[in-house]
Parts: sequence; C-alpha cells; structure tokens
Amino acid sequence: MKIEKQLTSVQLDFTFTRRAAFVGGVQATIGLTVAARMSFIAVADNEKYKLLAESNRVNLTIIPPRRGWFIDRFGKPIATNRADFRVDIIPDRLTNKDETVQTLAELLALSTDDVDRIHRELKNAQGFQPVQVADGLDYDRFAAVSVRLPDLPGVSPRQGYSRFYPSGAAVGHLIGYIGTVSAEEYQKNKDPLLITPGFKVGKDGLEKTLEDRLQGKPGAQRTEVTARGKIVRNLTTRPETPGKPVQLTIDIDLHNYAARRLGLESGSVVIFDCLTGDIITMASMPCYDPNSFSDGIGRVEWKMLNSDDHIPMLNKALQGLYPPGSTLKPVAGLAMLRHGVDPEEMVVCNGGYRLGNRVFKCLGRHGPVNMTTAIMKSCNTYFYAMGRRIGYDNIAPVARELGLGQEFSLPFPSQRYGTVPDSAWKMRKYDQQWTESDTLNAVIGQGYVIASPFQLGLMSARIASGLDIQPEILMGKRAAPKPLSFPKAHLDVVREGMNLVVNGDGTAVRSRLPLEGIAMAGKTGTAQVRRISGSQRGQSGEWKYRDHGLFVCFAPVDQPRYGAAVVIEHGMGGARAAAPIAKDVLTFIYDRERAMASLEALEAGWGGNIEKRMGAKYAVFQNQPAPPPPLDPSA
Amino acid sequence: MNGIVPAPVAALPWRVIFILMALVGFGAAVLYSAAGGHFDPWAGKHLIRFLVLLGMVIIMSRMSLEFWKSITFPLYLLLLLMLVAVELLGFIGGGSQRWINLGIITLQPSELMKPVMVLAAAWFFDRLPPNRILGIDAVWPLGALLLLPSALVIIQPDFDAAIAYAFGLGVVGFMAGLPLIYFWGAGAAIAIFAPLVYFFGLKPYQQDRVLIFLNPENDPLGAGYHITQSKIAIGSGGIFGKGFGNGTQSHLDYLPEGHTDFVFATMAEEWGIIGGFFILFLYFLLMRWGLTVAMESKTRYGQLVAAGLTCTIFFYIMINLLMVVGLAPVAGIPLPFVSHGGSSMLTMMLCVGIIMSIERHPGAKRGQFH
Repeated sequence: MKIEKQLTSVQLDFTFTRRAAFVGGVQATIGLTVAARMSFIAVADNEKYKLLAESNRVNLTIIPPRRGWFIDRFGKPIATNRADFRVDIIPDRLTNKDETVQTLAELLALSTDDVDRIHRELKNAQGFQPVQVADGLDYDRFAAVSVRLPDLPGVSPRQGYSRFYPSGAAVGHLIGYIGTVSAEEYQKNKDPLLITPGFKVGKDGLEKTLEDRLQGKPGAQRTEVTARGKIVRNLTTRPETPGKPVQLTIDIDLHNYAARRLGLESGSVVIFDCLTGDIITMASMPCYDPNSFSDGIGRVEWKMLNSDDHIPMLNKALQGLYPPGSTLKPVAGLAMLRHGVDPEEMVVCNGGYRLGNRVFKCLGRHGPVNMTTAIMKSCNTYFYAMGRRIGYDNIAPVARELGLGQEFSLPFPSQRYGTVPDSAWKMRKYDQQWTESDTLNAVIGQGYVIASPFQLGLMSARIASGLDIQPEILMGKRAAPKPLSFPKAHLDVVREGMNLVVNGDGTAVRSRLPLEGIAMAGKTGTAQVRRISGSQRGQSGEWKYRDHGLFVCFAPVDQPRYGAAVVIEHGMGGARAAAPIAKDVLTFIYDRERAMASLEALEAGWGGNIEKRMGAKYAVFQNQPAPPPPLDPSA
Repeated sequence: MNGIVPAPVAALPWRVIFILMALVGFGAAVLYSAAGGHFDPWAGKHLIRFLVLLGMVIIMSRMSLEFWKSITFPLYLLLLLMLVAVELLGFIGGGSQRWINLGIITLQPSELMKPVMVLAAAWFFDRLPPNRILGIDAVWPLGALLLLPSALVIIQPDFDAAIAYAFGLGVVGFMAGLPLIYFWGAGAAIAIFAPLVYFFGLKPYQQDRVLIFLNPENDPLGAGYHITQSKIAIGSGGIFGKGFGNGTQSHLDYLPEGHTDFVFATMAEEWGIIGGFFILFLYFLLMRWGLTVAMESKTRYGQLVAAGLTCTIFFYIMINLLMVVGLAPVAGIPLPFVSHGGSSMLTMMLCVGIIMSIERHPGAKRGQFH
C-alpha cells in the first residue's frame, strides 16, 4: 500500500532543523531535571544532608571520667587514681610490625605472654583503633619509648589514669577491684562509655556496689576526622566530671596493721566503734592485690590465687562462717541472767557433764564455778548445766539481738549470715525435734551454730556498749543507737567475766595489753572443724583439719570504745592464735610504736611484709627469680 | 572597531572560547580548593592542558570542511587498528588495557573513537542519496560502523564506551532523518533486552552499580558509598554552599573521586545550587552554540557533524550530572571541561575544534537541485 516517498535534500534539511530543535528541547529538559533534582537535594533535604555531612566530619571521643577516691575516716587515701603512662600502637601507621613490637618488648620488658597478645590483637586490628601495648608504666619506661618515637612510627605513648590502692592486698576484700567491662555488662546498658579503651568499672567489693557514686560523668572531645580516620583538628572539649570521693568509716592505718598482723595465717580481724557501729577495720587475709586486677591480672597470678588453700579470693570477715565456739559463752550468760540464773550460783565442774548416758566433756576440771569464773575459765560444764536449765530457745533470741544470724544493709556484694538455731529452726530444716544435746552443743558455740567474724565483732561491740549499734561502712551522720534490752547489771556480770579472761586468771592472760591504764576484755574460742576422733583433738595434723582459733574482745574495759573479733582458720586455739593478734591490733590504736616494733619482729620471721611475701610467692610459682620491687609511689 | 586587536585574534570564535574559559576556570577553582588550596596536583595541570588544547582547537578551526571529510574514514580505520593494538598489548601484557603510551602523551583510542564515530556517520549520510534514507541501505552501514569498535571496547571491557558509540550514531541518524519508527523500535528493544543484558551481559561489578543506583542506602559503605556521599555533598551545600575552600566532604576525603567524576558534588558543596546553576547555564550556552552552528551550516556533513558532536558533549554532561545527583548509576564518565583528566579533555576539545571549523566554514549548499 505504501508509496515509496521521494525525499529531497530540502526535505531532509527541514527534517534536520526540526529534529535539532527537538534535541535541543530534550537537552533543556534534562538540564532542568538536573537543576530540579539538585534544588530538591540542596534545599528541601538540606537539613538532613547537613547533619549527615556533620556526622561524617565530626568524631566524638569519650573522655573517661576519673574514678572517685576512697578515703578513710581521717581522709587518708584508700583507693586513688595514679597518673600513669600507657603505650599503644596505631595499626595503620605501623611500618615494620615485627621490628617495632620487638623493640617495644625490649624497652618495656614485656613478657612473651604480652608479645603474643599484641601480635594477636594487631592481626585482628584495623585502621586507627589503637592496640594496647602496655599500661601502668612508670615514667622511666615511658620516657625510654618516647625518645625513640622517630624510629617507631605507629607507636603512641599516652598519659592516662589507673586505679591505685596504696595498701595493696590489705584492702582487697574490703574495697574490691575494678576491671574492663564484660560483654554481658555492656549488653545490659549500651553506654558507649563502657567500651571506651581504658575505662574500667568496679568488679567486686565496694568498688562494685558504689559504682554509681564513683563513676563520674564522662567528658567528650569532638574532633574533625578524615574518611580514613585521621584526626585533622580538635573542635571542642567538654571536660569530664570525676566521680565523688567516698569516705569510709575505716581507719586505714589500723586496718593495714591488722592485715599485716594476720601474717601467714588465714583469717580476719573486724573492729567496730562500739558507740556508733562504725566499722573501723575489716581485714581478711590472705588476699589478692587489687592493683593487679586493675591492670588486668596475669594468667599465672590468677592461677596462683586459685590454687591457694587459704582461699585469697574469699572475704573471710563477711563470707567466712565458723562455729563460734566458746566466744558465745557471754551470750549464753546474758540469756541465763535474763531467765533468772543467779550469777553467784555455783556449778561444780568435774571435767564433764552427764546427759543421759553421754558425758559432755569440759576442757578442765574447774571445781565449783560461778558465772564470771565460768566465762574466765571457759568452763563448759557450767554452761551445759545452766543452758540445759533455761533451754536453747531462750538463748537464741539473745544471740540474735546481739547480731548473730542477722544480715545488715551494707554496700557489700555478699555477706553470709550464718545460723542461730532453735527448735523451730530445726523442725523447719530437718523436720526433727530439738534435743537437749543440741542445746549443750549450741551453748558452747558448736553444733548448728555458725557465725561470721563480722557478726562476732558486732556481738562483742554490742555487749561492750550495751547499745543496739548498726554496722556502718560509709561515713555520715546517723541517729544515736538505742540501748539493748539488757539491764546494766546483767551486762556488767558478763563484761566482768570477759575482763577476767584477759586480766584475771583466764584463758588469755598472756594477751594483756602492754599499756598503762588501758585493759582489754575478751573471750577465747576454739572451734572444732570435725568431730573429735580418738586422741586427735584438732591440735595437730593436717592444716585443714585443725581447730579454728577465735577471740572476741573489747577495750578499754572501764569505758568500752572498740569491739573486735579475730578469727584464725585452723589456728588451733583462740588463746594461742587469735588473742595475740587482737592484743597487738588494739595496742596499735593506743601506742603505734610499740605495736609496730612487735609486728616488725614477727614479719622478719615470716619473710617480710605482705607485698614482699606475695612477690616471693609469685616468683616461686613462676619458677622465676623475684622481680625487683616496684618504685615506691609515695617516694 | 578593534583597532588594537590584530585581525586574526579578533576573528577567533570568542563566544565559545569565553564559555569554555568560564567552565575550565571555574573547574580549576574547584580543583584548586579540592587540593586544599593548591594548584598541585590538579588545577594547574587542568589550566595548562586547556591552554595547550585551545591552541590545537584554534588550529583545527582553520581546517576546511573538506579536510575533515577526507580524513574521516582514514581516522576511523586508524582508531580501529589502535583498538586492536590496545587489545593485543593487553593480551600480551596479561591484563586489560585501554591506552597506548606514546611517550609524551597517552592515547585512549576508545575515547577518541567517540567523536570519530560521529564523523563517520555524518560522512556516510552525506554520501547517501536523500531518497535512500528510508530504506535498508541507510541502516546496515551504521551497524557495520558500530560493530567492530563496539566489539573491541566491550571485550576491554568498557561497556560505557560502546553505549556512547551507539548514542553518537543514533543521534546522527536521527538528525539525518531516519524514520522515527527505528527509534521507537530501539526504545522497545532496550526495554526488552535491558533485563537480559543485565543478567547475562554485565559483569558482577556492573550489576552492582545498577542495583546500588536503584537503592544506594542498601549499601552505604560499599559501592553505594559514592552516590550517598555525593548526595550528602550537594545536599549539605544548600543554596549558597559552604564557601570556597570549606567543603568538608571533599577535603576530608568522604567524597570519592571528588576531582574527577564527582567534581560537580565537590563544587556544589562549596558553591551551592548557585554554582550548580552557573555550570548548567554555561552548558546551556555551549549546547546552544553547537546546535546553532549545526543549523547555520549549509552543508549536510557540517550539520550532522556539528549536531552529533554537540550531542557527544551533551552525553558526557548528562550521564555525569544524572549520576552525581543520584538519577543514574555510577559510571566512570567525567564532567566535560570541569573534571580533572587529560583524555576526556582531549576528546571534548576535539569536538569543539571540529564544531569551530564548521562555524568558520558554513559552506554553500550543494546538491540542492539534485
């Protein structure tokens, strides 16, 4: 149908002009499209893209806040922040990896453990995220790296802060330690501060429970960075707010002395101000050095701590539970007085007490004893007889009123509150009737009764003052404590018994205070770890089966101010192991020089102070010669 | 009136030279800022290249139309040989290569082929008797012209160049008066074959570019990074820009290729849409000049060459700008006269030189009474 068209140049010319105009139109349309699109991006979405450009350009660096200090009741530092130096590697700037790490290992005396770790982290690292080489460096080592910086591209020495506990292991259980945030902790609260390099949180003890007060508010630094992470310049800096200091009721000098005085023993010393309830000392040894944890504890050190049968990871003052033994006799005495026992009534001790066909033994043959003599001599027969008369259900409430079996609201992550048994408790727990032999065991602090050294110290302080003091670790104003329900006359009987233990003809006469006009009253206790078998009475043999030695005391006798408890695990006897420590520690309060002289003589025999002994032990554990002692920070 | 100005200077096509100077000068300013306030390494070279090539362009504008016509086919053959040579060099060297190093300059034959393809098509339609334009004779030679060069660049692989050749031929054919049905047909064919080419013809990296163009936010740090950062640069510039030397996207290296393919984004960040409109306006003047030359040319060859080369320049502008504002996938096509880069500048200036020559020699209508 189609007729072949004959086209001429003129027609083609016309077509060309038309089509050129069309092409021009298309071009103009595309030009306008670009202009419109550009205007839309730059005007309508301007705010959004400005923000995006800004978030590209600006990098926010968090400045971790300095942790609040712990200070003692007199303002002396317990935990501080030490300006220290750290060395990091910026992987991107590193030119010769192996050589640089090798040089650093020599300069900083790094262990092969550390070198392996650095190599591993460098392999996984990327960009400008620094890899830690070492922290907590002293100035000399830091300077040694700094002067060689021109030859060490990619190495970045910096100043930072690390937690410092001047008392070392002595405050480990009291204060706890800090460490880097774990993955679980970060999951709970995705605060970017938590994963800032160098930021640590409390992991145990007061460091953990008082974290909110100690942490402070982070600062921030805005820097301009390139796409590759290189810092161009600093824009603004908001300074950090350091955490608030926390003042404890502890007298750090006394606490340190107590910790040192525990020496090679595994045990604890707790001292209360018996008028206020202030915890003045709460030492538990052996202990880890919290300074090691704040720098990240080494594998070897961790292994050493965990393989020690003295359990350095356990705060024995709060979490150790022991049968209190005879230290509970003053409690029984108070209960007897309350239930009508005349303190002058005599019980004849023939070396034991017969209940049915079983004889409960006494440690001696005391003849006729009244209550004060019975306490002085720690006569079991008297307490068996009187305890049986009033029944343990009448003793248990007194024990509880004095703090045994109780839990206190204290900022410690865990405390164990032990057991003060009675017939209801036994029925609940074992579905059995309370028997008279249960009473006889419990009245001398054996059997079902267990208590922590902390509770024993509080018991002693409450007896000493007659006040219902509440234990307190944080300094602050509190309401004056109310008196306990015991009449003064009752308390005086028991206190007199305790006075005679030390200053009369009692079980701890060798531990009299060597002071003019200040005397200590106390009560020894020896707690069996296992049932007496044959001739072995827990006085010899394997360490872990030996008897615990306990001593509760208060001083001065005439006007009590301090109540204390000393518990020595497997110390074989309260008079032998615990009372001498109590004597020295209480002496320290009144006469430091005399107490120090006695301690230094002992330490010479033990192989040095805590730090030196731990260093030697660590060296032995590593099969390596002992490292030189670190520089004295106070020097 | 220009007594002081020598006649040969006054006779130069100052109108287009001013347009180019404005574009290159503005481009140099952007490159100067992108280099952190230095002529090195981009702005200085950019200006020197332009001045040298401007000399070349002025010489080219003296050449007669017959000269271009006579060298069209030899040029086409020469470039075809060079494409083969590049392919062989790459084959021997064990890797894809796109240029020949001649010591003083490196030549990229696939790039030079773009204007020559337009010349060849115009040459063909000039020789084609007007009454044959509707027949098959008007179409198959175009296919023949396209086949070998496209095949050679696709195996390089340089798909963008092949599209540019087809675009050049298509534009010249359209201007020459090919029936519109071909163009509708081609449009339909693209709609049908584009998915097939996408799935079977494109390398994975090219497929990625298309996918990411469709949704750049899916891959903000990978291949979509280019588009996202370019939009951030333009968007944050706003109406008046952040000021000369104050672009953070380019200065802190967030914007990749900020001195070459994404130079428009670098510019827009510092000069805002005012700067963008300025560049668009200069391109408008350039295109108007090219099409005016085409329409005022009296010869068919001159018409087709001027229009075709104008569209070649436009092709670069269009692809680049649509890419930079996020309306086209990322392709390695620079912005004419503004981006840093010798090869594209050479191609663009060759186009301008030939259009100038046509402007200077509008010629006389021949075969009007054929």
